[in-house]
Amino acid sequence: MHSAFKHIQAAHCESGVTNSLLRNAGIQQMTEPLAFGIGSGLFFVYVPFLKINGGPAIAFRSFPGIIFKQTCQSLGIPVTRKKFSSREAAQAFLDQCLAEDRAVGCQVGVYYLPYFPKEYRFHFNAHNLIVYEKEKDHYFVSDPIMETVASMSEYELERVRFAKGALAPRGQIYYPSIPRGKTIDDATMKQAIRNGIKKNVFNMLHIPGPIAGVKGIGFTGRRIKKWRDGLGLTKAGLYLAQLVRMQEEIGTGGGGFRYIYAAFLQEAYAFHPIDELQLMSAEFTRAGDRWRDSAVQAAGIYKGRLGSQADFDVMGDYLLEIAAMEKKAFTVLSKIKWH
Amino acid sequence: MKKEDVPQDLSSLGKITTEICYATDESGKYTTQQSRGWDVKIDALDVTWENVEKRMKEATEKMEKGEVSPLLYFMEKNVMDLAILSAYTGFWKWRIRRHLKPGVFGKLSDKALRKYAEVFNSTVEELKTMNIHA
Repeated sequence: MHSAFKHIQAAHCESGVTNSLLRNAGIQQMTEPLAFGIGSGLFFVYVPFLKINGGPAIAFRSFPGIIFKQTCQSLGIPVTRKKFSSREAAQAFLDQCLAEDRAVGCQVGVYYLPYFPKEYRFHFNAHNLIVYEKEKDHYFVSDPIMETVASMSEYELERVRFAKGALAPRGQIYYPSIPRGKTIDDATMKQAIRNGIKKNVFNMLHIPGPIAGVKGIGFTGRRIKKWRDGLGLTKAGLYLAQLVRMQEEIGTGGGGFRYIYAAFLQEAYAFHPIDELQLMSAEFTRAGDRWRDSAVQAAGIYKGRLGSQADFDVMGDYLLEIAAMEKKAFTVLSKIKWH
Repeated sequence: MKKEDVPQDLSSLGKITTEICYATDESGKYTTQQSRGWDVKIDALDVTWENVEKRMKEATEKMEKGEVSPLLYFMEKNVMDLAILSAYTGFWKWRIRRHLKPGVFGKLSDKALRKYAEVFNSTVEELKTMNIHA
């Protein structure tokens, strides 16, 4: 039996998987930016005492799993999510789903992902892909950041589902339980969009402590100014390279997810004709552009073209400026009078 | 970012697939644009892997001086620290630390070596001789 599943390419893996699973289940209005915004995907956090691959732990998006969970919940769609301690049980459950012609999302590690180029394989365990069909001992995989689908052997898929290290996926599998023919009305979409923006406002403005949200961006900017003397030029360069990878690498849509969010606010305007949504979309585009300018500055440092303390100060100031921009934008969003 | 400004610098990923970027069209409306890569990102990956290679070279030098076993080289090559290697192999960290000593490594059982070889996408032969193909 051949699955009718249709591959949809996306910018970010989790909003892509969410969008693709919902669209394939018949939710026609869904788009990737809507999934990202309703799932409150935009975030910033820098955890200074944690190291990832020997560099700083920085994230530009919310904790893995949140986008899918919150998007489905806001739309009133029940979610099934399972983790496994046994590899056999994990495979048996997956095979059972596929036998019922149900496409499922899987959290995986990218280190052993066979279709990724070697340069992109780090021990990063919060990647998401869809498995939609099995033929003999091969699975067909729809990875939303790739143009086309891929095929993986049982061994290969098991290996990435049971990747080890931080955020180990433990075979995690998830899918929306949508009855055939279910549709989502505009009132539900409007409510979900509103809810997504409100939660995102909270995450960016009101999480206590200095390391998360817009405060975290400013905190990182101030830290960066001390990296040159504190870490030495080589290590500071590697740290900045890691920052840029988290911000721009595959799965971000560019500009540290700020462009996807700007696209979301435009789409939100189609549901809620409130001028602030359009205006703040333009503001997030500017923030995304600024993130990109900062990446160019960072590249100057890690490629060795730049390296003075003044260059690090410029880099840090970019982030302070972005923090102010995003604080203003989210404050405007927080004051919207919803109809 | 405007659609026409989306960078198209061919990256190693760009040879396999383009990526989707969100960008604006002439009227300021968001749309998607395929990208083949961006030099700033390519450089970020390059310096990261150059650093890995530097660490592999240092591991080789230490090994030649008889200070460590080949295990360190393979750990660096696979960007694994003790915690990750321990999680993949199931060996306790203190055991792996012992295996980093040349004498202890030389007496490792084939079973243990096979375990390491699998995790490193390598062979027992390569682990022992450091003759790496690929």
